[in-house]
Amino acid sequence: MLNERQPILQMRRIHKHFPGVKALSGVDFRLFPGEVHALMGENGAGKSTLIKVLTGVYSIDEGHVELEGQELIVRSPLEAQAAGISTVYQEVNLCPNLSVAENIFIGREPRRLGRILWKEMNQKAADLLQERLQLHIDVTQPLDTYSVAVQQLVAIARALNISAKVLILDEPTSSLDRNEVEQLFRIMNNLKKEGLSILFVTHFLDQVYEISDRITILRNGEFVGEYMAQELPRIELVAKMIGKDLRLLEELPTLAEGEGSAAKEVMLEASGLGKKGAIEPFDLSIHRGEVVGLAGLLGSGRTEIARLLFAADRPDQGTLLAEGEGVATPRQAITQGIAFCSENRKTEGIIGDLSVRENIILALQATRGWYQTISRKRQEEIADEYIRMLNIHPNDPEQLIKNLSGGNQQKVLLARWLLTEPKLLILDEPTRGIDIGAKAEIQKLVLTLSQKGMSVLFISSELEEVLRVSNRVAVLRDRRKVTEIADKELNQQNVMQAIAGG
Amino acid sequence: MFSRKYFSILVTCALFALMFAVGSYLYTGFFSLQVILNLLIDNAFLLITAVGMTFVIISGGIDLSVGSVIALTTMISATLVQEHGWSPMAVIPLVLLMGAAFGWGMGAIIHYFQIQPFIVTLAGMFLARGLCYVISIDTITIDNAFYTAVAQTKIDLPGGSYVSINVVIALIVVALAVYLAHYTRFGRNVYAIGGSEQSALLMGLPVAQTKIGVYTLSGFCSALAGVVFTFYMLSGYGLHAVGMELDTIAAVVIGGTLLTGGVGYVMGTFFGVLIQGVIQTIISFEGTLSSWWTKIVIGLLLFMFILLQRVLSTRRSMQP
Repeated sequence: MLNERQPILQMRRIHKHFPGVKALSGVDFRLFPGEVHALMGENGAGKSTLIKVLTGVYSIDEGHVELEGQELIVRSPLEAQAAGISTVYQEVNLCPNLSVAENIFIGREPRRLGRILWKEMNQKAADLLQERLQLHIDVTQPLDTYSVAVQQLVAIARALNISAKVLILDEPTSSLDRNEVEQLFRIMNNLKKEGLSILFVTHFLDQVYEISDRITILRNGEFVGEYMAQELPRIELVAKMIGKDLRLLEELPTLAEGEGSAAKEVMLEASGLGKKGAIEPFDLSIHRGEVVGLAGLLGSGRTEIARLLFAADRPDQGTLLAEGEGVATPRQAITQGIAFCSENRKTEGIIGDLSVRENIILALQATRGWYQTISRKRQEEIADEYIRMLNIHPNDPEQLIKNLSGGNQQKVLLARWLLTEPKLLILDEPTRGIDIGAKAEIQKLVLTLSQKGMSVLFISSELEEVLRVSNRVAVLRDRRKVTEIADKELNQQNVMQAIAGG
Repeated sequence: MFSRKYFSILVTCALFALMFAVGSYLYTGFFSLQVILNLLIDNAFLLITAVGMTFVIISGGIDLSVGSVIALTTMISATLVQEHGWSPMAVIPLVLLMGAAFGWGMGAIIHYFQIQPFIVTLAGMFLARGLCYVISIDTITIDNAFYTAVAQTKIDLPGGSYVSINVVIALIVVALAVYLAHYTRFGRNVYAIGGSEQSALLMGLPVAQTKIGVYTLSGFCSALAGVVFTFYMLSGYGLHAVGMELDTIAAVVIGGTLLTGGVGYVMGTFFGVLIQGVIQTIISFEGTLSSWWTKIVIGLLLFMFILLQRVLSTRRSMQP
């Protein structure tokens, strides 16, 4: 029945090449009025490219786009907006210093004789947010006083106000917590009922089934298929995305049972460590060869613990000992064999304009100081070795890292720290925003490393993942460590209960 | 919630009030309307330049050419009026146009070639300063009737105090700038670009037009300041307003504008200029201190304000 309707947007046989890369080859995409259509695919499958082509950020090499039956050619995001296609990106593209109302209306402010009518603008903004998004906030405050979730809603409000035919949401949920996601979905459902077409990109499988009517899958820049969400079993979706069966995930080595962690020597010990406003004092010890998971909601203090353990933040109280010696600065932490992979890959990890090789050897070079440079030949050997070992794609060590997909950037970061042969590896959200294949590879790697005697502190928002890799899980709630769960008690039920409290 | 947005500007106002109070307490004759008005009379050109600079800095840029443009304006005005016998009615519009065009050129280079404003306006600074000496290496004194009349006119205010025509021009510029910043699209686009140029582009704002417009405005303000400076000094000279770009930037920063762009108020700049003026006045009332103490105090104030801004912005980023 649905198929009989005319799609509002139709993309046919879209091709896009970049130097050396075929980003899209012959991709079809249809969007029907009043539908949420999920665009799925691993990293590098071409989702972002397809969106950028549609919104005029990139030009199309070959193929046709039709909007409401009319041939559509856009050369800039502005033209796409004018045609009725608005995009809300993962990183909110608004001005943090302007007020909420201005962010919605800037460029289209209500004016009389060139004079901006602030009262009218604020009123309109407040009405818009209340009526369509059920958001009651003070619109005269600067945007950066609000959470990312609210900022995202403001971005949606702007998009709705400009044009309301097609709304593209590019990974809108990746930095939202559970409640915020639910709020967003309620709003998406309302907008859908009003007849808006929504293109939704996400990595979370649950969310796809919760909200989408239709799913299009891309793989390696090629069109795999378009399916109704109800008719596509989850397992099949994953199989189509990665192009092979789920063996990858099942192959994971299971944890050796009954290895009492008490017997092993302590690698890192924090006692009474705390920082006001960040995390209440906690005790935590990590043994050699042990994987300790940190579970808890977003903002429960997971990253704060990681930063304290790496001495990146200064604690107000408590002590931190690595193999019996005090650690007070990140430099000491590194000398003690602690490595920290930050959650902000883009700002705290990779250096975009350096090559993969240079990014890999960075930490090793840093531990050696300025004078003992690593020879070019040795650098190349190292880079090749790790690219092979971690299956980094493309396997060209001289490629600039900014051209790699998120998952591969993450692998380069891992390579950087593995190269320093750390005794303890702190991984903060190592799998965020990367595809399921790469996720499995990283999880596998963590287990292999721990079997070789490396300790790992593993932080992730995905509970299943934490459970899969950890020997022991410390649970956080509201910036406080509430409990530790290990061995036989370690299952989803128990951890969820601890997170929820009660 | 009110306080955070206007905190810097309140600090600036309070600081001005405090300094004025200290001056009034220490020196007899300090507490009078005329002392305040003299601040404006002696700093009208600085105020006009700083208004233009405020827009540049809010947009996330910097303009180092302002002092040189002032000098060039005085030089061109003096030579055309004195040596070529042009009418001031023709000279003044011409130099204003020239200043705006100079700013437009720098803005276009900054935007279209994506070069840092620092280096482009540094080049502009050398260029304008050098051109002064092409005209003459000596001072050219102006004795044109119009210029001397404007320079000597006192506009009497009730209570026996007075202001110069320069002050009127400067206050009109401030009023127009406040309107421009807060009630026009151009002004809001400047703030948006300062907040995030990338976002401004994606929101479909005219980034090129606005950025070039900001430097054009600054060039125009510098030329107008140059005209006012000509009235004030009654001469053209290649060494006029040396280093004034730095005084201007200092006034803007003390006025609470963030050098990173996006945040700032024209009224803050107004008080920033007055603070510089009041420091000079206190030092001249003191009588024993060399005028270089002005620089020392301004240096210390700048440190203080930059630290304050850093503290404020880190506290902001701490909030979730």
